[in-house]
Amino acid sequence: MALTKLRPAGQGFVNGNRNLFINGAMQMAQHGTSKAMAHDGNTSVYVVDRFTMAFGGTHEQLDGTYAQVADHPLSANGKSLKWTTGTAESSYDADEYLYVAQKIEAQNLQSINNGNSNAVPITLSFYVKSSVTGTFALGIYKEDSTTRIFNRTYAISSANTWEKKTITFAGDTSGGGIVNDNGAGFWINWHLAAGSNAKGGGSNGAWKNYGGLSDWADGQATNAIATTGGATWQLAQCQLEEGDVATQFENEDLGTTLRKCHRYFQKVFAGADNRYLAGTSPNIFWNATNTDNGGITFVETMRAAPSFSYNALKLRSPYAGDYTIGSLTANAITVNGLTTTTAGSSGSSNERVVYLAGTGTSSYYEIDAEL
Amino acid sequence: MRSYSVNITKAKYLKPRAIGDEPSVNSAILATIDSTEMSIPLDPANRHYAEIMRQVAAGTLTIEDAD
Repeated sequence: MALTKLRPAGQGFVNGNRNLFINGAMQMAQHGTSKAMAHDGNTSVYVVDRFTMAFGGTHEQLDGTYAQVADHPLSANGKSLKWTTGTAESSYDADEYLYVAQKIEAQNLQSINNGNSNAVPITLSFYVKSSVTGTFALGIYKEDSTTRIFNRTYAISSANTWEKKTITFAGDTSGGGIVNDNGAGFWINWHLAAGSNAKGGGSNGAWKNYGGLSDWADGQATNAIATTGGATWQLAQCQLEEGDVATQFENEDLGTTLRKCHRYFQKVFAGADNRYLAGTSPNIFWNATNTDNGGITFVETMRAAPSFSYNALKLRSPYAGDYTIGSLTANAITVNGLTTTTAGSSGSSNERVVYLAGTGTSSYYEIDAEL
Repeated sequence: MRSYSVNITKAKYLKPRAIGDEPSVNSAILATIDSTEMSIPLDPANRHYAEIMRQVAAGTLTIEDAD
């Protein structure tokens, strides 16, 4: 009988589920595939699940587009996230800053022993492409216990060319650690621009207590993304893992990624006119008050009780047709579901069993428990 | 703690309809955030609620009483 030599467990194997990021492949974009951002409009936006982009300070002219795009360093059909500047900021003021981040839930970071003498290093690997060359800051910001920060820098050497970057952050043995709860453990920040007040605090190169805005993007050497109309910055294949070695990017099946994303955000489309929305329960329309109470059960337990919003919904009775909704609000919101209340509705004059239904392809409800 | 940068233009407490003699209490906030109307739970771990409370504490936002 042939013998097979086995390696002891933990030696030489690369185990699955290593990526501390969720949706590092940028595959999921429940929030939409493109959103406009503007100094006088939306300044904090999600598009690709779990990755947010934000303007900080008071920009006066800046606007642009944050999108999921079909452009990838390795795959012909892979995805990346992309910022494209529209109107540029005419000059970058001291209080202004611009960044992309993923906030990692504290409970998912307990294995790195943050704040203990045995804290382990973590390694970040990603692909980046930009029309702007230069030195960019990226870093870790930790809010729990003593607020701590650690920035490092990377260089974009060639314009409009995918480059792979690998950066290791030493484990933090100070600062009191990360509380084992559902709050934000780490913010992993890619800085795109930083005014003079948003750098210079000494956080570039080592962990330190957060001393205010001057630590936020220490090391950022260019603001040209924000001050150049049409400038672009793209990010793909992000992986954050324990240890000081970047292993091969972990390709995760889409179902697993979607389930993880659902803990933070769920968007449910009706798909067409008259279609009932998944997760909603039937309820009774009371003609005396033109109201009804219904319910929604979430497909995944949320991180925290979520915010609820909707677009283009109606009440529909299998027996009496449609009711136009005056207002739709949610209460008794938990991590598993909520109660809906409609008011000021109109339609049939009879009491009927009704469901929340769509009026077209743009009809949806969404629940948001992002960090 | 760094704040979540959003524009909140309206906030009003929501109460479910009372059932019988049971008193109805505030259970959510109806707010307009970045031009979107949302029902927001009274959960400090919810980023929208946390930001509403931050703006209330800063004196830049008032939450209206429920109807």
